[in-house]
Amino acid sequence: MAPAWEKEFLQGARDGIPIGLGYLSVSFSFGVMAVNLGLPVWAAVVISLTNLTSAGQFAGVGLMAAGAPLIEMVLTQLVINLRYSLMSLSLSQKADGTMTVLHRLICSFFVTDEIFALASNRRSLSRRYMYGLGLIPILSWTLGTALGALAGGLMPAALRSALNVALYAMFIALIVPAAKERRPVLLVILLAAGLSCLLRYAPALSRLSAGFAIIICALTAAFFGAVRWPIREEDRGAS
Amino acid sequence: MAPADILLYTGVMALVTYLIRMLPLTLIRRRVDSPLIRSFLYYVPYAVLAAMIVPEMLYATLSVWSAAAALVVGVASALRGRSMIAVAILACLTVFAAESLLRASGYL
Repeated sequence: MAPAWEKEFLQGARDGIPIGLGYLSVSFSFGVMAVNLGLPVWAAVVISLTNLTSAGQFAGVGLMAAGAPLIEMVLTQLVINLRYSLMSLSLSQKADGTMTVLHRLICSFFVTDEIFALASNRRSLSRRYMYGLGLIPILSWTLGTALGALAGGLMPAALRSALNVALYAMFIALIVPAAKERRPVLLVILLAAGLSCLLRYAPALSRLSAGFAIIICALTAAFFGAVRWPIREEDRGAS
Repeated sequence: MAPADILLYTGVMALVTYLIRMLPLTLIRRRVDSPLIRSFLYYVPYAVLAAMIVPEMLYATLSVWSAAAALVVGVASALRGRSMIAVAILACLTVFAAESLLRASGYL
């Protein structure tokens, strides 16, 4: 019989397989998009390997292609990825005694929306489980990016165009279930989307760069939601 | 962008993202109690993703119309409880089908 720690690791790895499959297709379209924006193949792969985040990378390559200032990159990543701090905070309270500081430093690297969703289903978190869980998603995120970046140039325009919506569709799939469940979430989403259109189309405001526009929309809508519809613990659900 | 700049931007991007994930997991081991902060953090992901989707998604494809169709199909299939992969595949197929139609009828 396998020792207990090995079972924990294997359980994590098994749980990571469906995440990995999803990441393979989404990171493929990220690779395609990065090369479309003029970045070299190696850059797309290095970005995926070091960042492991969909929305952040997606906005990041846009800023790089636009030649945005570094401070805009910092602020954009800060706002887009702020949600991870809540996830890390929540996982921190579930971490068991095997999660020493060193292992917390390593596990922090791969806290993503999907990994968080699975990890937060556990009653307590061991480092073996976390390493198992992170393994396949990291590998497939990097591999998918490489394949997309390499194949991107060879694909016909019609196919590239179709793949370009994959990331957006994933974002839709991430927010729609909660919006369906909870009216305040729906209203915050509509407010953010409305503000985003305003900043994009209003003549005086449309000179604002895309990164700052996202920051302003998101902070305004989330703050409005927090003041207007504060969340009580019992109706927060898993995430 | 020069390779050195790409590395600089990538490094900064990775560092910021890592710190956001790392600091709470290593430093804050007790509960954050402020309802305002907890609520704010709860809404941030939805607001960020919504602002990223609208209106940028409409300009991600060869035609605004194919992207709009994908947006509608994506929301509809997510509302019906389809998985993330299914929503992504349906949206891609929608763009492909819509652009084939537009091309066949001379609009693209």
